[in-house]
Amino acid sequence: MAEITLQDIIKPENLVYQKTKLMTDKTLSYCPGCGHGTAHRLIMEVIEELGKENDTIGVAPVGCSVLAYEFMNVDMQEAAHGRAPAVATAIKRLWPGKVVFSYQGDGDLAAIGTAETIHACNRGERIVMVFINNGIYGMTGGQMAPTTLPNMKTATSPYGRDIEMMGNPLKMTELVSYLPGTYFVTRQAVHTPAAVRKAKRALRMAFQNQIDGKPGVSFVEIVSNCNSGWKMEPVQANTWMEENMFPFYQLGDIKVDGKLIDR
Amino acid sequence: MGELRLMKGNEALAEAAIRAGVDGYFGYPITPQSEVIEYLMSEKPHERTGMVVLQAESEVASINMLYGGGGTGKKVMTSSSSPGISLMQEGLSYLAGAEIPCVVANVVRGGPGLGDIQPAQSDYFQSVKGGGHGDYRLFVIAPASVQEMSDFVPLAFDVAFKYRIPSLIVSDGLIGQMMEKVELFDPIPRLTDEEVIARYPWATNGKPKGKERRILTSLDLDPHKMERHNWALQEKYKLIEENETRFELIGCDDAEYIIVAYGSSSRIAQKSIQLARKKGIKVGLLRLITLWPFPKKPIEEFVKNGIKGLLTVEMSAGQMIEDVKLVVEGRAKVEHFGRYGGVIHSPEEVLEALEQKLIGG
Amino acid sequence: MAKVRGAIVVDVEGCKGCGVCVPACPTDVILLAKEVNGKGYHYAYMANPEACTGCSNCSIVCPDGVITVYRVKLTA
Repeated sequence: MAEITLQDIIKPENLVYQKTKLMTDKTLSYCPGCGHGTAHRLIMEVIEELGKENDTIGVAPVGCSVLAYEFMNVDMQEAAHGRAPAVATAIKRLWPGKVVFSYQGDGDLAAIGTAETIHACNRGERIVMVFINNGIYGMTGGQMAPTTLPNMKTATSPYGRDIEMMGNPLKMTELVSYLPGTYFVTRQAVHTPAAVRKAKRALRMAFQNQIDGKPGVSFVEIVSNCNSGWKMEPVQANTWMEENMFPFYQLGDIKVDGKLIDR
Repeated sequence: MGELRLMKGNEALAEAAIRAGVDGYFGYPITPQSEVIEYLMSEKPHERTGMVVLQAESEVASINMLYGGGGTGKKVMTSSSSPGISLMQEGLSYLAGAEIPCVVANVVRGGPGLGDIQPAQSDYFQSVKGGGHGDYRLFVIAPASVQEMSDFVPLAFDVAFKYRIPSLIVSDGLIGQMMEKVELFDPIPRLTDEEVIARYPWATNGKPKGKERRILTSLDLDPHKMERHNWALQEKYKLIEENETRFELIGCDDAEYIIVAYGSSSRIAQKSIQLARKKGIKVGLLRLITLWPFPKKPIEEFVKNGIKGLLTVEMSAGQMIEDVKLVVEGRAKVEHFGRYGGVIHSPEEVLEALEQKLIGG
Repeated sequence: MAKVRGAIVVDVEGCKGCGVCVPACPTDVILLAKEVNGKGYHYAYMANPEACTGCSNCSIVCPDGVITVYRVKLTA
């Protein structure tokens, strides 16, 4: 058997995986190991595979991913903090044939934008809502979020989140699943290959729902890490996430085809 | 002659929205302008023109829906009243920064705070001096009749799309609620999707094949780029000042005193001028139609021609007077009169104020 | 004898040395280099290239999308 060299393998005809061209060439502004990059890429892969590159409008939030429009190679609008679901609502109502998605962090979706989140879901807007939950406010320097776990230390809960004073973490995904206006509600992760494959399947279902004109929001939460905010190295943060975030924010489908799943 | 109807100001605004080819109205009820959305809902414009009408969950949501819809090149509109317009200030700043066209109508009521539901003109500062954060301007136009509530809608959209600037129609509870004869303009058809795509290459309605994607944002973390963007906005505003200033002069040719007013106050002042002339006082009226751009030229003319004094009449504690004083620069007497908090001044009160404050003694 | 052989190409200057690809690899191909790239990151590289099967686990989990994957089927 002839020895095979790297030059033999690394040829265009042997290509198995390459970053989608719907991600621009700009270096991502996210911290090393941050799940935003993976989430962006999966959404763009799904859009590309569904052939909707020229029919998609995305709405970026305020947060670390405020610059999402620098990296996603589709028409994008930058929304005010928390307002992405309202922005997306109008785009979809006025251009029902287009594919419209909002992409938000936990401050955007679960704090300042709670009303816009709930009402877009309640009206059953036919959009995809992507929710990146890392239990902290990354961009502004690691402050407490509505999704911060009990006893978790952040810049504004330096001694740990005190439930009595600061309330419990908010499970927005479960909340919106109870609204008849949500059609597909799921919670995913992107820190391991297995999780990534599941997350991509969920995103594909979400976007396919919209293309098929299914009535209601497809809401995809992605539990992710914030290495800078949690003050951990990426792999360590992912382990911490598995041990602490996942027991509270359980992964899996919560509502499919308009029906709640028995969990 | 177009169709004639007896209508409330708010209803005329709503009917005009349908006729002006508006694609989407996104609003929230608030007194004294809830008739706008009520009329739109009951008219079923979706059946007339395909226009979308949606009651949003708040004014915050409404203005952001305008951002999204206007950003795709569609004609979008909302209406509210003072406290609701306060909620929209963040959105207006974003719309101005991202240069997204839209039309917002403010049917002003007494304030500050929750205030009352009666007419006022105390949102002048909010309308023309920012209201929201940052260096920006809105095209601000003030109807003084139910006819203008109708006519100013297509005008506001024309200016909005010509310059990519949000337009603000500043009405008040009096004009919104009163009934007058309106000659309705011929319907302007809504643009098709293809027409919107062709006319507005900046609009985010799906990346065109083989071309770059469009981004609508008001963010730029590079301060030098942000300065250039602001400079370009300022240049745009200069152009609007040169081309879009509107005002009306009534009885000013031989006037020794001028009343400066807009909206309801200008209607009331017209009666005051009649009363004054009967007494031999030569008063004229400068009716501001655009509040921004502010009609500086006619005031400059009055000052140059040696006017004895100007009285601003506004249902407020005195806001527009500051812009008059800026032009006059101390070269003539400028005084203010106005009832406020929702009280409407009478023509006699205005005349009395003119006599006391300007003519003196 | 392996039926497939894979290889990855890492965009060295784009890699942020986050290390998430390292445990993702089922055959322990990847390590972070002792050297650093222009930004000071210890970039990922194939420490055990013969073990690569081109499964693309590393590339799909990479937040920055800097890994390109190739694979050939081996005959005999």
